Amino acid sequence: MDITTFISQIENEIEELTPGSLTPETEFTSLKEWSSMHVLILIALIDTEYNVTITGADLQQCKSVNDLFNVVKSRV
Amino acid sequence: MGYFFKFAVNSLYVSAYIQAISYYLPEQSLSNSELCDIFPSLTENDIFKRTGIRKRHITKDGVVGSDLGYEAAMKLFSEHGIDPSTIDFLIFCTEGLDYKGPATACILQHRLGLPISCGAIDVPFGCTGFTYGLSVAKGLIESGQAVSVLLLTSDIPSTVIHPSDAELRMIFGDAGAATLITSNEAFSKGVGKFSFGTDGSGADNLMVERSGTRNAADAEWFEKNKDVGGMKYGQMKMNSLEIFSFAMRVVPPMINDILTKNELKKEDIDLFVFHQANTFLLSVLRRKLKIEEDKFFMYMEEVGNTVSASIPIALYEAIKAGKAKKGSTVLLASFGIGYSWSGTVVRL
Repeated sequence: MDITTFISQIENEIEELTPGSLTPETEFTSLKEWSSMHVLILIALIDTEYNVTITGADLQQCKSVNDLFNVVKSRV
Repeated sequence: MGYFFKFAVNSLYVSAYIQAISYYLPEQSLSNSELCDIFPSLTENDIFKRTGIRKRHITKDGVVGSDLGYEAAMKLFSEHGIDPSTIDFLIFCTEGLDYKGPATACILQHRLGLPISCGAIDVPFGCTGFTYGLSVAKGLIESGQAVSVLLLTSDIPSTVIHPSDAELRMIFGDAGAATLITSNEAFSKGVGKFSFGTDGSGADNLMVERSGTRNAADAEWFEKNKDVGGMKYGQMKMNSLEIFSFAMRVVPPMINDILTKNELKKEDIDLFVFHQANTFLLSVLRRKLKIEEDKFFMYMEEVGNTVSASIPIALYEAIKAGKAKKGSTVLLASFGIGYSWSGTVVRL
């Protein structure tokens, strides 16, 4: 898996995000209108695309897109 | 015929099946537009998108779970022409019992005019109450101890939600459902084999705090909540993130286990009816399990998540909509507070 694909999957799934706006360094909480709903969408996306179930505890340790990417990558 | 042979024949032929379902909703309701008036940062569209719910029914102060269960049972008797004197076991399932003692099922036996030869127990269970109750009914019937079991699943989550908790108020609704499970002397299994699961390590992630003997509500609690009526039944707290990932983790393997135990393939199932948690979670589970949309029934728009009443309400509506009919094979699965999960296959 590569981070470019990962980012575009997130941008496609979350309609409030403009394509091209996310970078590996982007911190989720810095995004405007970031809500608990988006976290659930992320969990669902990662589960469907990579067959990895992320928990709330995992997400608390992920600040940036890159952090999350690394967690998923380590479990694929 | 010798005793053993007679016993064996009975055990072979008697199987439990769902004969009839009715449900009851309190009159008062809470719409998305009313929620937006209370929480100005929300929009009706947001609420619907997040939950798939437009309206939830809310019980009046003082009208509790057993009252909704009573109304549902009365409806069952009249709607399906059932004679209460034929019922020989009552299972009352709720998270909001009338008292710590006596069992609410005893009070309901009398109120419903059920015979005094009738057995009665409470099953204090939440989201998985219907499937667990159904498994108890099956056990009683197929072991020859009861013939006609009335399962009442009735919950009043609105009474344990803090008025300022927008997320929970969006999701939950109050309701009572009544299901009659009787013995069917036929070859086909009406209620199949169950898959069960429990993981109490998740208890803290969905809990009605201050509602029982551990950390009981005290004077300080009532004082803190005096502006909102004291939160006298306790307060529901949910970590939605953890509940979401719990459901994603346990539901797919449970579905496979139900199919394996009943020697069925996914294609053999006419309709899937899950605990109606919220449409977002259910849609994600449906996609993960690769179940076609027309084989996956959801009914939350007008009622919300009604806890233990959600599966019988959805099943009733599925039958009414012609999505399930006599002879249909329906997979039922529930998951939630506990953590607890269970499911089975029923032949209608």
